[in-house]
Amino acid sequence: MGEKLLMKGNEVIAEAALRAGCRHYFGYPITPQTEIAHYMAKKMNELGGTFVQAESEVAAINMVYGAASAGARVLTSSSSPGISLKQEGLSYIAGAELPAVVVNIVRCGPGLGGILPAQCDYFQAVKGGGHGDYKMVVLAPSSVQELYELTVEAFNIADRYRIVSMIMGDGILGQMMEVVEFKDNENIEKVEKNWATTGTQMKREHNTITSIYIEPEILEKHNQKLQAKFALIAEKETRVESYNCEDADIIVTAFGTVARIVKNVIKMAQKEGIKVGLIRPITLWPFPVKEFEKYADVPKAFLSVELNAGQMVEDVKLAVNGKRPVHFYGRMGGMIPTQKEILDKIKEILNK
Amino acid sequence: MDTVFKKPHALTDTTMHYCPGCTHGIAHRLIAEVIDELGIEGKTVGVSPVGCAYNNYIYFNCDMVQAAHGRAPAVATGIKRVHPDNFVFTYQGDGDLAAIGTAEIVHAATRGEKITVIFINNAIYGMTSGQMAPTTLIGQVTTTSPFGRKPELHGYPVKVCELLSTLEGAVYVERVSLHDVKNIKNAKSAIKKAFKVQAAGLGFSIVEVLSSCPTNWGINPVGALEWIKDKMIPVYPLGNFKGKDLEV
Repeated sequence: MGEKLLMKGNEVIAEAALRAGCRHYFGYPITPQTEIAHYMAKKMNELGGTFVQAESEVAAINMVYGAASAGARVLTSSSSPGISLKQEGLSYIAGAELPAVVVNIVRCGPGLGGILPAQCDYFQAVKGGGHGDYKMVVLAPSSVQELYELTVEAFNIADRYRIVSMIMGDGILGQMMEVVEFKDNENIEKVEKNWATTGTQMKREHNTITSIYIEPEILEKHNQKLQAKFALIAEKETRVESYNCEDADIIVTAFGTVARIVKNVIKMAQKEGIKVGLIRPITLWPFPVKEFEKYADVPKAFLSVELNAGQMVEDVKLAVNGKRPVHFYGRMGGMIPTQKEILDKIKEILNK
Repeated sequence: MDTVFKKPHALTDTTMHYCPGCTHGIAHRLIAEVIDELGIEGKTVGVSPVGCAYNNYIYFNCDMVQAAHGRAPAVATGIKRVHPDNFVFTYQGDGDLAAIGTAEIVHAATRGEKITVIFINNAIYGMTSGQMAPTTLIGQVTTTSPFGRKPELHGYPVKVCELLSTLEGAVYVERVSLHDVKNIKNAKSAIKKAFKVQAAGLGFSIVEVLSSCPTNWGINPVGALEWIKDKMIPVYPLGNFKGKDLEV
């Protein structure tokens, strides 16, 4: 058994990164994720690592690009408007096939929006917010314990595939305190980075990190290689939790903190004789399409509950592929749905 | 027969793509000669810009990283912080460094990042075919200032060395030119000193290199060198702005 502590979500992300061997952090302050930077500023000093408060999110993500080029496990964190600024860098990191971990503690938008929890960056994260054909592995924890475990795993996935892993949480998850149990020994995958620009030491040909391929034939091949990698990741790294789906009248789908509200709704519904199932995508990309296919014929309908105007629901519809109606219920602007609201929506759908 | 002149080891055998009369090739060679003379090729990582030198990673034998437009100082920061004992340099043009990358260069200097910046100032955007740069001279005709740069419309040329030398983190700041042999020699000395400043861990070093762009200036190669001397140097005076007396 490992150490058990009561900790804030944002601090757990930072602690998990350190436990995963990350010694380089670059960031820019923005609510509601700044505790990650506070934690790193202290700990990197103790551990002899790097903490840089960059001049902007643009600079921070490019420092990540540099540190990843040099072979380091590297982290940056931000919140929605800051993540928008990082999109240029994310596209370059994807193109240059560098491993990095990026945290987005999502707040409500658009624009400066507000600082309260939201899931309105789903499209940006899973459809490629930057230019070009690329994907990031997007992990959506729903508890502080899972924030810890998935942050460690995010570094392993990033190194394994030379890809960006994004931890997508929201202000609730980042700000709340829960008990987290740390492992005594982390599973840190050691990956040989013989591509890194560490200096040739005059012992090898020079390495180049680049995302530019002017020749169309070569650039198309590069893209095909990226697409093959994304297909492999979709096959190997899809994560999902299902609950009560086998004989559900309705399957609700939700990710992150919303899934926890839905779990309570399931209990409330049981008392009223309504069988509610839950499919909780843990990876938003790759999306757990097969899990939806598996249960597509079971319920009368699906319901996607999100803290946005309806984003993941589009992927749910693609996965269910017309076999059942797919409904949506969402709140925006930092408003959180109550259990009763969700149950009322379920009843409305089933009574139709 | 004795070899009296050869290509520096730090340069690859790849033929350069630069236009006739362009001084990028000279600047590359000077950097490579310095890397050779300091014996640091195996510990050097260069950062390529966006602009005419976007792919200069194929010309250097050291490890190279290609950066997004203007972001080279941030990328170099990341590289240097991971391997503080390595030498990290950026190679940036005037659009890259003095327009889109202004924040990155100012703050790398502010932090005193122990990197060396080679800043090629040719008063124009070369790669995208001759648009006005932040360093374009007053009256200079470009494709986006077709009636000449006018202060009331376009503001004034950015003087990067003067600007950065006000920052405590920038410890070595010098402007040189490639318009004749004497100045090319001075340029090499400045680049060497900038790398030595980095080796000594003193802080941020930058060498601004006044360079030619015959193609986009619409001047022949010889005339272009004269244009540097007659037109650019009066606006961008050569010399050391900071760190002249550093013993390295």
